[in-house]
Amino acid sequence: MEVETPLLCRTGVSDPALENFVVPCGQEQRFLQTSPEYAMKRLLAAGSGDIFQICKAFRQEEQGVRHNPEYTLLEWYRQGIDHYQLAREVAELVAAVLARPGWQVWSWQTLFQEVMGAGAHCASRDDLEELALSQLGEIPRGLDLDGLHDLLMSHCVEPAISDWGIVFIVDYPASQAALARQILDETGEPKGARFECYVDGIELANGYWECGDAAELRARFATDNRLRKARGQSLRVADEYLLEALAAGLPSCSGVALGVDRLLALKAGVRDLDAVLSFAWSRS
Amino acid sequence: MANFSTNEFKSGLKVMLDGEPCSILENEFVKPGKGQAFNRVKLRNLRSGRVWDRTFKSGDSLEGADVLDVELEYSYTDGEFFYFMDPVSYDQHAASADAVGDTQKWLREQEKYEVTLYNGAPITVSPPNFIELEITETDPGLKGDTAQGGSKPATLTTGAVVRVPLFISQGESIRIDTRTGEYVSRASKN
Repeated sequence: MEVETPLLCRTGVSDPALENFVVPCGQEQRFLQTSPEYAMKRLLAAGSGDIFQICKAFRQEEQGVRHNPEYTLLEWYRQGIDHYQLAREVAELVAAVLARPGWQVWSWQTLFQEVMGAGAHCASRDDLEELALSQLGEIPRGLDLDGLHDLLMSHCVEPAISDWGIVFIVDYPASQAALARQILDETGEPKGARFECYVDGIELANGYWECGDAAELRARFATDNRLRKARGQSLRVADEYLLEALAAGLPSCSGVALGVDRLLALKAGVRDLDAVLSFAWSRS
Repeated sequence: MANFSTNEFKSGLKVMLDGEPCSILENEFVKPGKGQAFNRVKLRNLRSGRVWDRTFKSGDSLEGADVLDVELEYSYTDGEFFYFMDPVSYDQHAASADAVGDTQKWLREQEKYEVTLYNGAPITVSPPNFIELEITETDPGLKGDTAQGGSKPATLTTGAVVRVPLFISQGESIRIDTRTGEYVSRASKN
């Protein structure tokens, strides 16, 4: 079922790597949504069944060749399937739209080792910083382990897979689960049941086997806020509507958000998102 | 000076990096899906001209550099410094041979140059795209030569040597493209 959810909501996102646009609305302030996921999960909890929507999403300070602060997402949810099955559905859609012959699936751990060397996936923060220095020269100091993973992902792994076609990365380190549920891999190591879809090294979609545990998500929001406080970012109030809905029961489901502008840019064979936007940020 | 955050970095912004004044050439925003965003930035060190590639965490900031581009008139050299004058305030600025660099070949009195001032002192001097200079020495031209007929070296008042067509003679002024160092035409009569 196609749905439509509000873009301007009472709460923002707690993820320290995301910033909402905050809009004054009379006596209160509201938040332009960075993705429609909170509202869509409320619909799922209310019994909507499988749903999708194409909508605008907004992320402050994300502007570049492949980022426009106002952009278009295709987001959908499937009940009763895990993130591997949803990744397959995304693969079929993307392969069909882009007329590509197939795709690869890598676990985060295997791919990270493939590009960065054996053992890199479990290297300590200091060892990883050493590795980043040797690969990249000057790097920003004071990054934590996840920050170093992000640095090496964006500076080494993404360029390395830029001629691999469609690539899925599944099962992220538990600390990078975001809103995915935690699962155990074959060695008993906890992982985030999350996937990312890359095409030609460009990140196109992010999906989760959703975490429906209200207490767990409340704890993650609190962790996010501690990080936000440490970094001098403003704190975000938890979305109680979402947490109530989850407490009432989210059906087991997986969801994905796919960047429509990037898909169109890939389809058109252009590097710059400007080419598929009527008026990009600088001219809007 | 004010601080500038990565999201304010744009081409032409002057900032301090490792104690050196730099001009930002490119600023690329990169983010691995979820997680920490970075800015990959290309900067030109304004003193050395070298281009640096640096990665910053998005949201990091750099101090602005007290750098100003001004148009000044070249006055004279005392052998050590080159003196430029602000045509409005008549303020004089002494530029070192380092700061003038290759532009020394294209210095003509009363001509206007773009001078980059860092903390008030010249660090680079850029010539206009075209400049007219007099030839102090070249072999005599031969009768019947045409513009297509080949070229010869000519020494200019500044000491620079450029190739000119054979019909150009000593004492003439010529127009030169300073970006390529090539002869363009005879100087406009005035």
